[in-house]
Amino acid sequence: MTALPAPSYQTASPRLIWGIALSLAAILWLWGQTVAPFAFEYPKALQIPAARWIGGAITWLVKEAAIGPIAFADITRFVADLIDLPYRATLALLATGLLSGEGSSAIQLWPPLPWVAVVGLLALIGLYAGGIPLALTVTACMTFIAVFGQWQSAMVTLASIIVAVPLGVAGGLFLGIAAARRPWLDRAMKPFLDLMQTMPVFAYLVPILILFGFGPTAAIVATLIYAMPPMIRITTLALQRVPSEIHDLGRMVGCTDRQMTWRVLVPSAREPLLVGVNQVIMQSLNMVIIASMIGAGGLGFDVLNALRRLDFGAGLEAGLAIVALAITLDRLSQALARRNRAAIPQGNALQRHPYLAAALALIIATTLLGLLIPAIQTYPESARLTTSPFWAAAVEWINITFFDTLEAIKNAVLLGLLIPVKRFLLSLPWVAVVAMLGLLGWRLGGWRLGLLTASLSFLIAATGQWEKAMITVYLCGIASLIAMAIGLPIAIAVAERERAWTITRAIIDTLQTLPSFVYLMPVVMLFRVGDFTALIAVVAYAVVASIRYTVLGLQGVDPRLIEAGRAMGCTDWQILTRIRLRLALPEILLGLNQTIMFALAMLVITALVGTRDLGQDVYIALTKANPGNGLVAGLAIAFIAIIADRLIHAAADAQRAKPGLGAQA
Amino acid sequence: MSMTDTTEKLVCRNVWKVFGARAQEAFAGLGRDPSLERLLSAGLVPAVRAVDLSVRNGEIFVIMGLSGSGKSTLVRCLSRLIEPTAGEILFNGQNLLAATDGEMIELRRHKMGMVFQHFALLPHLTVLENVAFPLEVQGIDRAKREARAREIITLVGLTGRESSYPRQLSGGQQQRVGIARSLAVEPELWFLDEPFSALDPLIRRELQDEFLRLQSALRKTIVFITHDFDEAIRLADRIAIMKDGVIEQIGTPEDLVLHPATDYVREFTRAVPKAKAVRVASLAHPGAPATDAPRIPARATIAEAGTAFLNGADVLAVTDADGRVTGSLRREDVVQLILGGAG
Repeated sequence: MTALPAPSYQTASPRLIWGIALSLAAILWLWGQTVAPFAFEYPKALQIPAARWIGGAITWLVKEAAIGPIAFADITRFVADLIDLPYRATLALLATGLLSGEGSSAIQLWPPLPWVAVVGLLALIGLYAGGIPLALTVTACMTFIAVFGQWQSAMVTLASIIVAVPLGVAGGLFLGIAAARRPWLDRAMKPFLDLMQTMPVFAYLVPILILFGFGPTAAIVATLIYAMPPMIRITTLALQRVPSEIHDLGRMVGCTDRQMTWRVLVPSAREPLLVGVNQVIMQSLNMVIIASMIGAGGLGFDVLNALRRLDFGAGLEAGLAIVALAITLDRLSQALARRNRAAIPQGNALQRHPYLAAALALIIATTLLGLLIPAIQTYPESARLTTSPFWAAAVEWINITFFDTLEAIKNAVLLGLLIPVKRFLLSLPWVAVVAMLGLLGWRLGGWRLGLLTASLSFLIAATGQWEKAMITVYLCGIASLIAMAIGLPIAIAVAERERAWTITRAIIDTLQTLPSFVYLMPVVMLFRVGDFTALIAVVAYAVVASIRYTVLGLQGVDPRLIEAGRAMGCTDWQILTRIRLRLALPEILLGLNQTIMFALAMLVITALVGTRDLGQDVYIALTKANPGNGLVAGLAIAFIAIIADRLIHAAADAQRAKPGLGAQA
Repeated sequence: MSMTDTTEKLVCRNVWKVFGARAQEAFAGLGRDPSLERLLSAGLVPAVRAVDLSVRNGEIFVIMGLSGSGKSTLVRCLSRLIEPTAGEILFNGQNLLAATDGEMIELRRHKMGMVFQHFALLPHLTVLENVAFPLEVQGIDRAKREARAREIITLVGLTGRESSYPRQLSGGQQQRVGIARSLAVEPELWFLDEPFSALDPLIRRELQDEFLRLQSALRKTIVFITHDFDEAIRLADRIAIMKDGVIEQIGTPEDLVLHPATDYVREFTRAVPKAKAVRVASLAHPGAPATDAPRIPARATIAEAGTAFLNGADVLAVTDADGRVTGSLRREDVVQLILGGAG
């Protein structure tokens, strides 16, 4: 049981408890195989058939459920129609133009917005929100997409986002406001939000696929479900943090409830709410890419297709187009959020709305010109660049030249680290692990936490997913540790150097805006599919969190304490280990937590490259449209995430509460 | 004081506020006037206990207490921002605690104003829009409410800053906006919750003067919260001193300084120079001085009168709020007070 951290307490009795517990577990592990085989393999006869239940429930929902005369299927169809209409309109505007007829025989009645107009419009927003530098960045990113021939796909992706974001923001805002006003609703929603954010996205793609069918509408529904929880949370938190005096003011001037919400609270919380909008946009982009599996189309579909064909050049170009789109959307929404309201200009309509006037002029001019000059309407195919052959050649060259080196690295890591850890974890009796998790929860956060961790881990065993869960834990655990091992030194190196931190932050901010899908491309190219590939992709995705939180923690250390340490004659090493890292420990633990969450999220995506864990189960369920299996495996991943999250939070709180580390925030 | 009449604007009878799980029922189960020990043993945390007070029409009533004394909770009970656990609050004779939500909204829209310690300005509105906000909430049209807002902005001396945003103003200017906003609806009852505590001492003094100037013109009924005893004796017609949720004493500044009712009040007032608390009116003799003497308002403190004697006068003519001579203040009485008392 050495995998569990051994906590060091001053008093003897906790040590005794742990000593006895660990010895019992070790005895069971070493000699229990013959005496108590059920401790190693959960008895099949007692398994909870959760997958069948959930599958049955969803079939019932689709086939039979009804509220009075209205069938549930009618409701989903209604929602689908509600989303479909604006989506088709946006798609026509951006990508397809106004069509008459269906499929390939359709005739274009009116062309979509010329690409020059779209680039120009986005640049105008950039100019309005962030000045010339932002306008140039946006223009460069969007032109890049056009030049590399990704325009059509990018516009399909953008259309999904344009439809999903307002719905996600409005829905999140309303639910968040409702929760802020009614504490019981807040309490009731919290577990669901936790689950939604820890549940891998593939898991709910399946039920959505069944309820809404294959296509962009289902993808948008999935995007909404994925992107709304952060908005709900941010809204609730932002409204709760509005100073109580502002509340009092609202009541003292005699606001009605509605005036209170819309005139006082929401405007006062404007800044955090706009951060929430940015989150919704980025989450939507991430999800629209993943949802290409259920028919979202666009750039995600291109990447997925390229992955399946192992056409790295094409995949990389589509991936870079996603990056360009992500940067555009992120910078624009951030700049809009930061923008301060300026004085309202006076004058006639044209003078009061210069940007609107320019935008209208741009659309009319480019559309008219586009009728004359096709290059303005559609980016000319002859002027497209493609680097696809170059990348294919480069990858081939690397693979031929460095094949032995790469294979050696891969095999060394596999044989030396991955396989032994995997074997060890798989050999553990589930009974002991459940008991240990329960004990750890109890020691760190009281009996409630112990009960939670023990029962969640028991449910994983009882639904027959123990082995796959252990593989998930092993990949995620190793990836998180490696990510921390890389992230910590980087964080220590840059925390005190302002310039280095500014640069690092710019890089990790950009990395974080990239949809998780993008990370897979380069790794698969070099290492093909398998656990090792998954590991690298997960580490690359998760390292950002460990750097960010460690730096925050280190920078938060009171400089007077460091000065005091220096005055006492500590060496730099002592100051680092005895003071800075020690005091930053709670934040570093939270960083570890985030790293694990990122790793779990990415792990599911890596099922695409052939891991053998729960993610693979979810993915297979998706391809077979089997909602029961998919959801159960997804829930198991969510359980792992919740166990890790609660334990680490409890540990961080315990660290903060220790005397000398100051009061809890 | 001469400028107040004796009609009671706001009366507060046996008001309690206790916190805790199911406070209302638990409190009711303890019978009348439970002791502190009984409250605590029942798991209740009292913030305001058995408060009786009445605020007269047109007076400045200061509630003074250190942090945690319950003064902020009390003022929020008076305005019913917090629901009192027990008691009765009468505003113009109407029981506020029996008022419906709709009636409270109407009362607050037209009869009450409040100034906050941290200003509570809405960050997304300009100065003009902030001041006009209470009128906007009432649904008054833009032209009318902005005209009214401009009037008050002039009154508090912020002309020219109408289109600034709060973050562009200094603390003192921000509180002027807060004051202007609370006056926009011409309230009868004006609550000020530590309005000057967040300001630097010089700015604080400047705004205190400003506040007295406004009050001499507007004659509002005022409930003013502060933790600063100097501020209290400077501004108050009457002061209520609070400690641990209980009112220790209510009286004029000189009452408190000259006749403290409890040890706590004595402790508080000991360091205060009597000349700063005692008003000219309470040392004055009736009848105008025989000779043509320098004038001093009855409301001024003895300390303020002191400078007038430096010019060699032996007697000052005391004037009321309308400027009529009502009595005389003699040098020897002042010397007696200053030398005879502590400080």
